[in-house]
Amino acid sequence: MPLMRYLIVSAGVVSVLSGCIDGNWNSPYPVADRDNNTLYSSFSERPKHLDPVRSYSSSEYAFIAQIYEPLLQYHFLKRPYELVPLTTSKMPEIRYFDARGRALRTDVSMDRIAFSEYEIEIQPGIQFQPHPALAQDGDGTYRFHALPPEQIAQAHTLADIGSTGSRELTAADYIYQIKRMADARLHCPIAPIMDEYIVGFSQLAESIAAARESQSSTHYLDLRRFELDGVRVLDRYRFRIRIKGKYPQFVYWMAMPFFAPMPWEADAFYSQPGMSDQNLNLHWYPLGTGPFMLTENNPNLRMVMDRNPNFRGEPYPTVGSDEDAALGLLEDAGRPMPFIDRAVYSLEKETIPYWNKFLQGYYDASGVSSDSFDQAVQFGDQGQAGLTDDMRERGIKLSTAVSASVYYMGFNMLDPVIGGDGMRARKLRQALSIAVDYEENISIFANGRGIAAQSPLPPGIFGYREGEAGMNPQVYRWVNGKRQRRSIDEAKALMAEANYRDGIDGVTGKPLVLYFDSASTGPDAKARLNWMRKQFERVGIQLVVRATDYNRFQEKMLKGGAQIFQWGWNADYPDPENFLFMLYGPNAKVSHGGENASNYSNADYDALFERMKNMDNGFDRQKIIDKMLALVQYDAPWIWGYHPQSFSLHHDWYKNVKPNLMANNTLKYKRINVQDRTAYQSRWNRPVVWPLFALLAVVVVSVIPAVVTYRRRMRKAAL
Amino acid sequence: MPVVFITDGLLFGLVFMVLAYAIYASRHPHLRLPWKKVARSRMGMATLIILLAYVFIGLLDSLHFRPQLNSGSGSHPIVYSNEVLSVLDIVLQPMREHQEKTYSEPFALHLYSKETVESSAGVQQRIYPRLEFGGRHLSDPSQRSDDIISIMLIAASKALFAWLLIVLMVLSLLAIKHETPLLGLISKVVRGTSEIPWRIILLTLSVVILIGKVSYDLGLSYHVLGTDKVGQDVFYQSFKSVRTGLVIGTLTTLITLPIAITLGLMAGYFRGWVDDVIQYVYTTLNSIPGVLLIASAVLLLQVYMDVHADDFDTLEERADLRMLFLCLILGVTSWTGLCRLLRGETLKLRESDYVQAATAFGVANSRILSRHILPNVMHMVLITIVLEFSGLVLAEAVLSYVGIGVDPTTNSWGNMINSARLEMAREPIVWWSLMAAFIFMFTLVLAANLFSDTVRDAFDPRVQAER
Amino acid sequence: MIAYITRRMLYAIPILLGVNLLTFVLFFVVNSTDDMARLHLGVKRVNPEAVEVWKQEHGYDKPLLINAKAEGLEVVTDTILFTKSLGLFVFDFGRSDNGRDIGYDIRQRMWPSLAIAVPTLLVGLLVNLTFGLLIAFFRHTYIDLWGVIFCVALMSVSGLFYIVGGQYLIGKLLAVVPISGYDTGVNALKFLVLPVIIGVISGIGAGTRWYRTIFLEEIGRDFVRTARAKGLTERLVLFRHVLANGMIPIITGVVVVLPTLFMGSLITESFFGIPGLGSYTLDAINSQDFAIVRSMVFLGAVLYIVGLVLTDIAYTIADPRIRLN
Repeated sequence: MPLMRYLIVSAGVVSVLSGCIDGNWNSPYPVADRDNNTLYSSFSERPKHLDPVRSYSSSEYAFIAQIYEPLLQYHFLKRPYELVPLTTSKMPEIRYFDARGRALRTDVSMDRIAFSEYEIEIQPGIQFQPHPALAQDGDGTYRFHALPPEQIAQAHTLADIGSTGSRELTAADYIYQIKRMADARLHCPIAPIMDEYIVGFSQLAESIAAARESQSSTHYLDLRRFELDGVRVLDRYRFRIRIKGKYPQFVYWMAMPFFAPMPWEADAFYSQPGMSDQNLNLHWYPLGTGPFMLTENNPNLRMVMDRNPNFRGEPYPTVGSDEDAALGLLEDAGRPMPFIDRAVYSLEKETIPYWNKFLQGYYDASGVSSDSFDQAVQFGDQGQAGLTDDMRERGIKLSTAVSASVYYMGFNMLDPVIGGDGMRARKLRQALSIAVDYEENISIFANGRGIAAQSPLPPGIFGYREGEAGMNPQVYRWVNGKRQRRSIDEAKALMAEANYRDGIDGVTGKPLVLYFDSASTGPDAKARLNWMRKQFERVGIQLVVRATDYNRFQEKMLKGGAQIFQWGWNADYPDPENFLFMLYGPNAKVSHGGENASNYSNADYDALFERMKNMDNGFDRQKIIDKMLALVQYDAPWIWGYHPQSFSLHHDWYKNVKPNLMANNTLKYKRINVQDRTAYQSRWNRPVVWPLFALLAVVVVSVIPAVVTYRRRMRKAAL
Repeated sequence: MPVVFITDGLLFGLVFMVLAYAIYASRHPHLRLPWKKVARSRMGMATLIILLAYVFIGLLDSLHFRPQLNSGSGSHPIVYSNEVLSVLDIVLQPMREHQEKTYSEPFALHLYSKETVESSAGVQQRIYPRLEFGGRHLSDPSQRSDDIISIMLIAASKALFAWLLIVLMVLSLLAIKHETPLLGLISKVVRGTSEIPWRIILLTLSVVILIGKVSYDLGLSYHVLGTDKVGQDVFYQSFKSVRTGLVIGTLTTLITLPIAITLGLMAGYFRGWVDDVIQYVYTTLNSIPGVLLIASAVLLLQVYMDVHADDFDTLEERADLRMLFLCLILGVTSWTGLCRLLRGETLKLRESDYVQAATAFGVANSRILSRHILPNVMHMVLITIVLEFSGLVLAEAVLSYVGIGVDPTTNSWGNMINSARLEMAREPIVWWSLMAAFIFMFTLVLAANLFSDTVRDAFDPRVQAER
Repeated sequence: MIAYITRRMLYAIPILLGVNLLTFVLFFVVNSTDDMARLHLGVKRVNPEAVEVWKQEHGYDKPLLINAKAEGLEVVTDTILFTKSLGLFVFDFGRSDNGRDIGYDIRQRMWPSLAIAVPTLLVGLLVNLTFGLLIAFFRHTYIDLWGVIFCVALMSVSGLFYIVGGQYLIGKLLAVVPISGYDTGVNALKFLVLPVIIGVISGIGAGTRWYRTIFLEEIGRDFVRTARAKGLTERLVLFRHVLANGMIPIITGVVVVLPTLFMGSLITESFFGIPGLGSYTLDAINSQDFAIVRSMVFLGAVLYIVGLVLTDIAYTIADPRIRLN
C-alpha cells in the first residue's frame, strides 16, 4: 500500500529532522550559542540615535550607557543614590569665584558666587574600543581617514572597512564632546541648559554655526580648532570646566552620556563623503571606552554587544548594605567586570510573545505588564508584593522600586473655566482633586503598582516627606495614623461653594462640561477613559474625552488648547529641582516652550524656586520645598496622580540584579549562570509531539470513507 | 431627547431602500424570479432569519436618545445627560449596569483574581471575593447549577410558548392567503414539502428565540459570557458590537455606491476620454496600499475633530463620525472593484439592440443610462453589496488591531479581539472575551457568506442554465 | 509584445505621478513638518530652534506644493513635493527621516517578506488545489456540501484568530517552534514554520472554494463530457482535462499577486516579529517617517502595475487567441 509506505518515510524524515535540531525546538537562538556566556534581552523600539550628544531616551540609553563612559556614575548598590567616579580618579573638585575672579570659601552665601569651577582628573590608561577610526599606520597616519569613495560605497558595516586600532583616553576627548554639544547640527537636547551655564558656550555655538555656513554641510569640521572659554585642558589627564554662578545639579549632568568622551578621529572618520550614505555614522556605530561595544546593529532584527577587549576591568563595588549582602549582591565584590561576554537584544514588539519567551527561559529578565501581573505577582497578608507559587516554582525572582517619575493629570491654567487664580476655578480644581480617586486608578490599571502622589516629588528625591507631614491636606485627612481621601461630599461642598452645585453652573444654569485631552490609545484606553468619565460624574461634571494622537496632543499643549490632560515626567537626575521646575512660571509651555505644561504661574512659588534651585540639600532647602509644595497643593494646578512602581522579574540564573533607576550602565554588573539556564530551558521546553501524530491519525481515518467512495465511483465509472 | 446620529439615519435609510426595492422587485418578474429562488432555498431562508435577528438588534441599538437628568421643574431648564443611550441599552439595562470590579468567568460567582479583604474581625485574607451582581441572589454557591437549570427551563418554556404562538399566527395567515385548510398546510410544513421551506424557517426562528430568551434571562442574574478587565459584562458588549459590525458591513458599500455606479456607467457608456480619466482615477487609487489610505484618513478626521471640538457634544457623536469616516474610506478602497465590473457590463450592454435602438431614436443619454442600463446592472450592485459585507466585518477587526479602526470607546468585535490579545497571555488565560467576539462574529459572517452564496446562485445565469 | 509593454510602462508614469501626489497630500494634510521634526527629535526638552534646524537639514523648510516667493520654474521646483519626489522615479529612495538609506533597507527587508510569502503561496496553492479537486470530484455529494460549508466557515474566522490561536497552540502549548522572531540563513527555517502554516490555513477557505468553482465550470464543458464519453477514467478526466484547463485562471490569479509578495503582510510580520517590508511600512506609518511611507507607496504602486502587465502577458501565453493591442 503506497499510503503506508509514504507514512513510514515521512515518519523517518521527522525523526531525522528532530535529530538534527538538537536541543529545544522552540529556541529562538542558534543551537551552537546555547552554552555561551550570553545575555538575552529585547528591545521594543528601535533606538533612533546612538550618538551620546543626541540620545535622551531610555531605549537609547539601554545601549549607549554600556558603550560610552561619562565622567561619573551612580553607585550600583548605595541608596539614596550617590555619584561616584567612573573614568575620573576622584570626584570633581569644586571651587567658587566672585565676579572679580577671587576664589571664595565653599560656605559663602550664594549671591556672592559668580563662577564655579570643576577640576576633573581622569584615570590614566583607559583605552578606547577597537575601531577602524583609530587604526594607524606605523608612521602615525590614520589608515582609514582618507578612504577612496569606491571602498566606502562597498562597505555596509564597520567590519567591511578593515583592521582596527585603539588609543588612550585623554582629557581632550571629553572637551571635544562638550564642544560637540554646541554644534546646532547635532541637535543636542540639553544645549540650552549648557548654554545657560558653561562660560563661552554661546560664543562657541555661534562660531561653529558660522564655520558651518561657509563650508559644505558634510565636510569635517575639526572642533579642536574652536575655543571654548569655560573649558581648559590642564594636562593630558586633567581639565577644568567653569560655569556661571552656582549650579549644584551640574554634577548630575556629568553622569549622563552627554558627557561621554568622543575622540576627534571618530568625527573625522565618519565625515568622509559617502560614509553616512552607507549608514556608517555615530548614530549607528558608537565608539566608546565602556565595557561593551556594539558589534551588530540591525535594528530590524537584533542588536548585539560584545565585551570590549580593551576594557580596563573596573572592579565590582565592594560596599553595600547588609541587605544587599544577604541577597548575594556582594558575592562578586572586587572582581573585574564585565561578567558576560555578549548581550543579544532581539526586537520584540508584541507583549505576548515577549512574555511567553520569558517564561520559556529565552529572555533572562522581563518587566511585568499589567496583563501578566496576576500571573506573576500577588500581594501578601500585609499587602507586600510577592511572587505567585507558579513563578516561585520556576525560580523566578522579583524586584521592585518606586521610580523617580510622576504621572499626573494637569489643568491648563490658561483655560477660562478651569484655570487662573480665581477662587471659583481653584475650588473646582480642588473638588476634582478629591473626586478623581487615584488609589482606585492604581489598583485597577496598574495592579496596585504605584503610590498616590501628594506633590510632584516622588519618594527617594530630597524634599519628599513620609506620613502626615508629606500629605496633601487639600485632598486627604490624617485618620488613625493613615492617609484617607476626603469624602465625595466634601468635593461636592467645594463644588457648591464654587457655584457649581451638582455640576450645574449657577450663573448660566447649564451643566458644566469639561474636556479631557487624551493621547492614550490601545486596548486599555477605553476602560481608562470610561473610568475617568465616571470620576467626574461623581461630582456631577460631564467629561468629554477628546482622543487624539500624541503628535496632535503635543501641538495642542504647545498652543495651550487643552483643558485637562494627562502627562508624565521621568527624572533626569535625583534632585527636587528636576521636578519642581515643571511648575515654575518662566518654564511655561505656551509662553516659553518649557516643561511647565499646565502653564502654572505663581510669583511666590517662582521666587522660592529660584532660591531653592541652587541650594545644597539640607534643613533650609527642605523648609523652602515644604513652603512651595503647600502653595501648589492649595492652588491644585495638577491632580497629583501617582508615582509608578516598577516591578521586574528575572530568572534564577540571572545574578546581581538590583533596580537602579538612575544608572543605565548596569549591564556590566550582571552575571549569568549558563549551566543553570540550559538546564531550566530544556526542562521547560520539551516539545509535545503527540497531538501532531494524533492529527495525522485523524486525517488518515477521515480519508478512509473518501477512499471508499472514490473506489465505488471508479467502479461505477468503469461500468 | 432623541438623538439621531448620521449612521442611524443612513442605517434606517438603508432599511427603507431595501423595503422599496422589495416592493419594486415583486412587481417586476425578471427580479421576482431569482428572489423566489432564494425564498425556496433552505439555506437561504435559514441564514436570512439569523441575519434578520442581527439586523433587529442593530436597529434597536440605532434608536438613540439622551436621558433626562432632572425633572425640569421651576426655574431650571431640563438638563439632558451627556451620555447617549439607545433602546437596546434600555432593554439590556441590567447587564449594562451590573458592573463588577474586574475579570470574572462566565456564570462565575467570584472574581477571577484574588483580593485582600479585611474581615469584620480585622484579619486580612487573600480570597476570591464574591461578585457584586453575578448570582448575588444565591446565598449558597452550591445552589448555582440548580438555579441556572431552573432559569433555563422557565425561559425555554416561555420561549417555546411564544414560538408556538408565532407559528400559529404565521400558518393561519398563510392558510387565509392561499385559501387552504390549516391542517393540510401544517402537515405539508411538518413534512417539509411546502414550496417555501417553512419548516426550516420556523425551526431556525425557534432556535433564535430560544437562545435569545434563555441567554437574556440568564444574563439578568449572571454574566453569561463573563466580564472584562473593568468588570463590564461581555455579553452586553457583544450585543452592542452588532451595530458596529452591521454599520461597517453595509454602509461602506452604500456610501460609495453612487460614485461607483455613476463612474462605472459613464466610463462604459461614453468611452473615450471619460473612460480614460475614470480608469486613471481608479488605477491610481487601487495602487496605493489600503492601510496607508485608511490611516491617513482616520488621522485627518482626528484633526478635523480637534479643530471643531465644540461641534461634538458627546463622545458618542465623535465615535459615530469616526465610524462613518471609516466606512467612507473603506468604501474608497473598495469601490474600484465594483466600478470596473460595471464598466465592463455597460460596455456590453451598450452594444445591445435595445440600447442601439434607443440611441437611434435620439433618446437622451441620461435617460438611456437611467432607464435602460442602470436597471440591468442593479443585480451586480446587489451581489457586490452582499458579497462584500462579510469581508468588511472581518476587516474592521484587523484595522482595530493596527490602531486605525473604529474609535477605541466604541464597542466592536475588533476592539474586543484587540484587548483579548493581551488576555491570552495571562495564566490562567482569559478566554471568554475572545470567544464571545468569535461566536458573534462567526455566526454573522457565516450566515452572511452562506446567504450571499444563495443570492449569487439565484442571480447567476450559468447556474440557471445548468439546472 | 515589446511595443505593448513599452506603452504600458509609459502609461504607468501618470499613474505614479498621481499616486505620489496623493500620498503627499494625504500625509501633509494630517502631519505638519513641525510634527515630524518633534517626533524625530524626541520627547523631552525640544525647543523651537531645534525644530527649525531639523526641518532645514531634512529639506522640510520649503513650501509644500507651490513656492510663491520663488521665480520662474522654481515656483514648482523649490518645494518639498518636487525635491522629494524627483529621486523616486529613478528608484533612488534617498534617506529616511532618521538618516538610514531606504534602498538598502528595502533590499535587506525584502528577503524575510519573500521567505514568508513564497512558501505560503506555494504550499497554499498545493493544498487548495488538492482540496478543490477533491471537492470537485465528489460534486453533488454530502462531501461537496459539507466541504463548501467548511470552507465558508474557515473564511468566516478573522485572520487574527488564526494568528493568536496558532501562537498559543503550537508555540506555547506544544513548544514545537519558537513563538516569534527571525534569524538569517538556515536558522530562519524554524521561525518560518508557524507563520507559513497559519498563512496556509487562513487561505484554505477562500482558495478551495474558488478552485472548486473553476473546476466545476470546466467539468461542465463539452470536451470533458466527450472525454468521459470516450471512456476515460474519472481520474484521467480530472487530471488531464479539468486540471489542465483550469490552470489558466489559476496561473493568472497567481501571477497577479506575484509582485505584491515583495510588500509582505502587515499583520503577520508584526505579530511574528519578522523584519520584512510589511512591518517596515507599518512602523513608518506609526513613526511618521514620511520618506519611507512615500517610498513604500511608490514601490507598491510600481509592483501593482507590473502585476497588471504580467497578467495580460500571462493571458496571451495561456490563451493564444487573445492578442495584446
